[in-house]
Order: sequence, then C-alpha cells, then structure tokens
Amino acid sequence: MSADPLSRVFSALADPTRRNMVARLALGDATVTELAEPYDVTIQAVSKHLKVLEHAGLVTRTRDAQRRPVHLEAEVFELMTKWIERYRRLAEERFRRLDDLLLDMPDGTGQTATTAQTEEGAAS
Amino acid sequence: MTARNTHETEITIDPDVPLVRIIREFDAPPEKVFRAHADPELFAEWNGPRRHRMETDHFDCRTGGSYRYRLVSEDVDAGFYGSFHEVRSSELIVQTFAYAGEPDGVALERIVFEDLGNGCTRLTATSLVDSFQDRDAFVATGMEVGVREGYERLDDLLAR
Repeated sequence: MSADPLSRVFSALADPTRRNMVARLALGDATVTELAEPYDVTIQAVSKHLKVLEHAGLVTRTRDAQRRPVHLEAEVFELMTKWIERYRRLAEERFRRLDDLLLDMPDGTGQTATTAQTEEGAAS
Repeated sequence: MTARNTHETEITIDPDVPLVRIIREFDAPPEKVFRAHADPELFAEWNGPRRHRMETDHFDCRTGGSYRYRLVSEDVDAGFYGSFHEVRSSELIVQTFAYAGEPDGVALERIVFEDLGNGCTRLTATSLVDSFQDRDAFVATGMEVGVREGYERLDDLLAR
C-alpha cells in the first residue's frame, strides 16, 4: 500500500463502490446503514470501504450520539478532482498545439528527424 | 480557428502502479504525429506548458540517442533530459525523462503511435516512475505555480 496522501486518495477513488459512496455523501451526511441500502452488500463490507475513505482523508465520522454519520470532506475531494482536471487541461493545451502543427505539416518524409541536432547547446 | 474534431485527452492515474497514462487521438497519420515528436524543431513548437519556450541543447531521437532541453518562461527555467531507449519510426518511442532538479526521479516513458486508419492516430503515452511520491511530483513538475500551490494545499489538507 502506498504511503503518501495523494496516492491514498487515488487508490480510495479507484473502486466504483467507493466512488458511489462519495457521490452519495456529496448530497449530505449519511449513516453506515443508509450507505449500505442501495447495495447488495453487508454493513461490514460498507464499513471496510469507509475505512479506506477515512484513511485517505476523504471522509470523517462525527461523534453525533449513536448515529455517527459519515461526512464527506468536500474540500479534499474537490482539490483532488481539480488537480487531475488541471493536469488533463495542461496536457490538452499541449496537444491542441500539436493539432495545429499537424495541420500545417507537409505530408511525406522529406525530412528525417533522426539525426537532427540543433546548435543551441551554447545556451546552457 | 480551423474547424477540427475535438478530441478528448484522457488521463489515467493508476492506483496500484506509479504510472500516468495519457491517451489522445489526432487527425493525422502516425508518420506525422511521430515526426512531430522526433524532429527537434517540430517538437519545440508544441512541447511544454503555455507561454514557455523550449530551448534545445541537443535532441537525437533514435535508438541509443539522448536529449536535453530547457523550458523557459518569465519565471521558470527548468531543464529536462533523457535517453531514447528504443525508437521505431511511426510506431514507438521509449525514452527516459528526468527533471534536472530531480535527477533521481527518472521516468520511463513509452509513447505508442497507433494507426486508426482514415489518417488518424491514437497516441498513448505512459510514464512510469519508481514510487508514488515520484509519480505525483512528476505530474506536478513543470506545471504552473497555481497547480503546484494547489497540490501543496492538498498535501496540507490530507496531512491534517
């Protein structure tokens, strides 16, 4: 199991059941029983998933008397998704430039890149 | 702007293996997409984040070759280097990739150019690093300050 926080979040969200639980919790706090309802799984199985989410910092359990509702740490979740989305967008920007370049590039292999060497070495 | 298909960039962040996979399709045959990666002048035209220019020291894209370049902007000057482990024209580039400030955090990159017919190509770029920490740092490398700050904020949040 990876030790750093970010990977724990990645790992926690890699499971579809846990992603569904996070989606449910985005609507509001819920008890373990409530979380187990839509699934054909035992309370124990849900508790196990919750432990993973808790360990990743995605959810917390409040000490609200006997109910102990599960609370989504929305800020962690949003930062996470934003972070991936930003990375995706940066990659996309780069590829849009490649799209444009490909439109302008002539066909054929008039030029071979394999031995090209630029003369800018002095720069560094 | 030219009319063109909008292709989605797909990012996979593997939870079990420290890799990042990027998949993107292009309206150009593999030969061209490959050339845009292998030719240093063409590569410099699109590589790197926005508002950065790529200054190439050397770039010898063939099996056994190597490269070194810097991405320069007003407030960033970051060096990157690596070796071309295996290069097969219009098919495959396997290379190492390192940020000069973090030479031990080397990534192994595999770029596959897949011919989809109709003059289209699917590019699959997989970066594998040694640890999850390296992977996450690698993903954050070379990004705008805002992203790094966001990442640090996330670290702080998660460390609470």
